[in-house]
Amino acid sequence: MAAPRYGSPLKRAVTFYIPLTVMVGTTLFPFYWMVITSVRPDVELYNVKMNPFFTLHPTLNHFYYLFELTMFPRWAWNTLFIAVVSTGISLFCGLLAGYALARLQFRWAPSLGTVIFITYLVPPTLLFIPLGDVVKAFGIGDTPWAVILTYPTFLIPFCTWLLMGYFKTIPREIEDCARIDGASRLQAMIRISFPLAVPGILSAGIFAFTLSWNEFLYALVFLSSPQQKTIPIGVFTELVRGDVFYWGPLMAGALLGSIPVALVYSFFVEHYVTALTGAVKG
Amino acid sequence: MADQTIEPILAKSAASGAPAIAAPFVVAVPKSRHLLEQEHILAGALLAPTLVILTLFIAYPFVLGIWLAVSDKVVGRPGNFVGLQNFWVNLNDTIFLRAFQNTFVYTFIATALKLALGMGAALLLNQHFRFKRIVRAGMLLPWIVPTVLSTLAWQWMFDATFSVFNWMLLNVGLISQRILWLGDGTMAMGCLILVNVWRGMPFFAITLLAGLQTVNPDLHEAAEIDGANAWQRYWRVTLPLIKPIMLVVVLFSMIATFADFQLIYVLTRGGPYSSTHVFGTYAYEIAMRAAKLGQGASISLFLFPFLLMVIVFQLWYIRRSD
Repeated sequence: MAAPRYGSPLKRAVTFYIPLTVMVGTTLFPFYWMVITSVRPDVELYNVKMNPFFTLHPTLNHFYYLFELTMFPRWAWNTLFIAVVSTGISLFCGLLAGYALARLQFRWAPSLGTVIFITYLVPPTLLFIPLGDVVKAFGIGDTPWAVILTYPTFLIPFCTWLLMGYFKTIPREIEDCARIDGASRLQAMIRISFPLAVPGILSAGIFAFTLSWNEFLYALVFLSSPQQKTIPIGVFTELVRGDVFYWGPLMAGALLGSIPVALVYSFFVEHYVTALTGAVKG
Repeated sequence: MADQTIEPILAKSAASGAPAIAAPFVVAVPKSRHLLEQEHILAGALLAPTLVILTLFIAYPFVLGIWLAVSDKVVGRPGNFVGLQNFWVNLNDTIFLRAFQNTFVYTFIATALKLALGMGAALLLNQHFRFKRIVRAGMLLPWIVPTVLSTLAWQWMFDATFSVFNWMLLNVGLISQRILWLGDGTMAMGCLILVNVWRGMPFFAITLLAGLQTVNPDLHEAAEIDGANAWQRYWRVTLPLIKPIMLVVVLFSMIATFADFQLIYVLTRGGPYSSTHVFGTYAYEIAMRAAKLGQGASISLFLFPFLLMVIVFQLWYIRRSD
């Protein structure tokens, strides 16, 4: 792949730069559209005569609307709280389970590994109707706990799978040395193996955080009062009234709802990519 | 019992070459610690939280879902067993049959396009150029941000009156009147596939890129010396080597696309005239909007046979390649 000679500049442009530019342009255009829509005044947004690509009268009215006339700040707080707590629960469970499946010898290890892999592939669409009943039966319907406890159903299998793979790359001998020096089984696990797994934990955590930040179906079904909603649900259900779409605030909300995950991602690109590729390779 | 528990410890220390010192050392620790020294007990303790959550929120709802699917449960009233009636109703419902067809069309066309474009993108990103890291990071943005929010941006771009695509096409003179992007079933399905490909292609590109980076450049040089051109090198050297990861990515993506809900629900809500429903959105429509939980559960259960096939195939493939 690393051939240093690329032929003529023309050929290089046709086979490389033009496709790359088209690809990057298509990828990023909707984000540009969110930004430009969120700062254009309504008189310009709803005027087909005007060039929609820029504005000479940028305004923060849509953001003002979002913060003063909707519960957006509350939704942002809910989303953050839910994402952090469900990621924490999932990392805790996934770390322990991943360690057990990778390191410990017990009769059910292979079959449990398979079961967890299967649950990883079960989509929320298959379960949301009965799960609604379960959530109500536990008395947690329309509270943050309805999603905090159900997001782990897809986060734990992912974290377990990823961390299991990670533990397998840490040499077992390191732990054996600690045990010869007098550490108990549990101490060797907590003091020796867990600290070595920190990069894996970080990868799993970043990925789990973005998944719970973005989740839609469970939040849509289990959270109904406006003050309980997350950003994706709030923006989608509360900024559309009947057939009327408030496009300015909608795009402002979409932008602000995307920035936190994009930021977290940009700080940990490599960890995220590790998780993404690890998730499929196992 | 005792034999069973000591054996693995001995076997393990023997295997790693360390002397079997576990036994005298175990005697000295308190009883609770003593129990956790035994691997199968420790394993049970470590797996317990995971198994509790997965049982309560996956296994139990799954069984409950099968019960709902054979009952006439509606919101606020207990259901009675009605056998396969819900499935019979589905198979005589034209909207359901359309959703059935849509689910497969959406899954296969979108996955094929994501694979083709993702592969192209991966090959581009695998070359050396300036700002490569930034481009690669930016590429993943559609995949990172909440799908609902980016889909809302697309919905605005497909707006009947204010569509930016129409504005461009009208001003360039390619069309003389506005295109209603989401105005009929076929066009709307095309738009759904387009947005799905936009969102999912980066996942293919980045995972396939990871696959490409494991291909040893020496193999390419050897093939080149033997007279293979770029096209032949791709088909005969690269592709066979990345086939395993390609297959896994395709299967993952197929499951996610097959069970998609949010993208379709946000962009068209199954419309116009219920022509773009898939299993997920139609199950939601029936269960949550029409309050027929039993009927809705029977619709989402239609996802199961296909998912099972993919999962069994994947497990078989993993076993075989191990």
